[in-house]
Amino acid sequence: MANRAFEVARLPGFRTIALTAFVLLYLPIITLVIYSFNAGQSVAVWEGFSLDWYAKAWENEAVKGATYRSLIIAATASAIATTVATMAALGTTRRKAFKGQTAIYVMINQPLMVPEIVTAVALLIFFASIKVATGYTGLWYLIIAHAAFCVPFAYLPIRARLEGMDLTLETAAGDLYASHWQTFRYVTLPLMLPGIIAGAMLAFVISLDDVVITEFVKSGGQDTLPTYMLGQMRRAITPEVNAISTVLLALTVALLTAFFLLTRKNDK
Amino acid sequence: MSAETDAETRKTRNAWLLSTPALVLLLFAASGPLLIVLTYSFLAPGEYGNVVWDFDLRGWISILYTKDIFDGTYHLADAHLSIFWRSVKLSLMTTAVTFAIGFPTAWFIATRPPAQRAFWLFLITIPFWTNLLIRTVAINEVIRNEGLLNTFLIWLGVIAEPIRIIYTDTAVLIGMAYVYLPLMVLPLYAAIDRFDMRLLEAGYDLYASRGQVLRRVILPIVKPGIVAGSILVFVPSLGAYVTPRVLGGGKNMMIGNFIELQFGQGRNWPLGAALSMTLLCVVMVALLIYVRAANKGDNQNG
Repeated sequence: MANRAFEVARLPGFRTIALTAFVLLYLPIITLVIYSFNAGQSVAVWEGFSLDWYAKAWENEAVKGATYRSLIIAATASAIATTVATMAALGTTRRKAFKGQTAIYVMINQPLMVPEIVTAVALLIFFASIKVATGYTGLWYLIIAHAAFCVPFAYLPIRARLEGMDLTLETAAGDLYASHWQTFRYVTLPLMLPGIIAGAMLAFVISLDDVVITEFVKSGGQDTLPTYMLGQMRRAITPEVNAISTVLLALTVALLTAFFLLTRKNDK
Repeated sequence: MSAETDAETRKTRNAWLLSTPALVLLLFAASGPLLIVLTYSFLAPGEYGNVVWDFDLRGWISILYTKDIFDGTYHLADAHLSIFWRSVKLSLMTTAVTFAIGFPTAWFIATRPPAQRAFWLFLITIPFWTNLLIRTVAINEVIRNEGLLNTFLIWLGVIAEPIRIIYTDTAVLIGMAYVYLPLMVLPLYAAIDRFDMRLLEAGYDLYASRGQVLRRVILPIVKPGIVAGSILVFVPSLGAYVTPRVLGGGKNMMIGNFIELQFGQGRNWPLGAALSMTLLCVVMVALLIYVRAANKGDNQNG
């Protein structure tokens, strides 16, 4: 039966197009990774394996600074975003529909809907006037901006986890005279932890990858890795950019694989 | 009865209290500043950027019209129109290309044995979550003059001189189709996954050809998925900034780059603000259509 349905569902040419699509999707990325190990300047001619471009990138003070800033911003912003998203998820899930619920949802998911360039321009104007008024030009503008657009990415996995959770466990804890705080601390929080970690990882990846908002909000000398790369691309692309890309790529894939393993485990 | 109402009121208050930190953060660094942009679009441009606090409609007028510096008359701004036209054209073409490739791909994934589907979906999601700039750099490596494609074609002997793709509209189109393809495949997959394959058997039993089954049975039923995927591709394409900047060069601007220009060399913040608001409105309309399509899809499922 299953086999028959399978035959019926075949459409001519679809398989070829699909497999081509997968090849096209990965070929550029794989090329990028391979040529980051190329000994020569060219991205077209293979001149032997070498780690020179990684060494060059590593010795570059600008790259070091950008890496440091990227990690600091991503860590702080994802921590803030995950904290406020966890609270919001606790407030908005597992209850009857209430007044203003839609307003909260729209507000939380707003960064997913507004074009990034529009938010970037808005923050440029807003933060520019704060910079003039306060004289502060530090990293916190970037951290707050990143934290804001990371909120929906942290919120969605946490909410999904909470909605799949068994309410009876908390009722049981209450029946056994646990206080509200104890129930939260020893029952709810451990149960929702995988969702929180998943949300934090997504937020971290999203912050690490951001180009547009960072490009508009940053003050002089505040490049992150992506904006540093964007600046480099004005000139000829060197394999150094490929090397940085490969490192970022490896980091993203590692975090995503962990995310998928974590959320898959939840389903069981 | 009043005790129950009290409990409900308290729960609602808790919901708001717990959401407050998130809402304050988003109001401060996402929604609130949009109001500033709206305000700025009605002010006069400052000489060195920024704005002068006088009510002025020139920001909105100059979206479509330029003032003649000699006789002060207004005419249609051809340069602006060509940028809008390029943005809309490239976004529509990106949507069409990603659909043409994405539909068979989604169909292929949805018709794999259930155990394999997760693997194929994972292959689609990895690029989806990968840095957009990295993917743009990657496609750049392929299409630039000394890139993979030209080197390969010259090696094959098909061409003698490299084909110049980079810094053209075609390059932007290829780049956007490449980076946004997963956004088309995922909602299409969701729609096809719900599709009852027995309808195909019914169609074939009634002597429909493959083409007829595709056009008269499959496409109408997965239409909400098609609308969803198209809008998910069209919306970020229209607001694209990184891809046209890297692959299109300075000349082949799209709206996103045009907006940036007003806050940089253009020194016309009110125009930039008015353009941002226009883009936001277009995107909101598209998203409303998306929400309606998504709801329709859910209803069909339930």
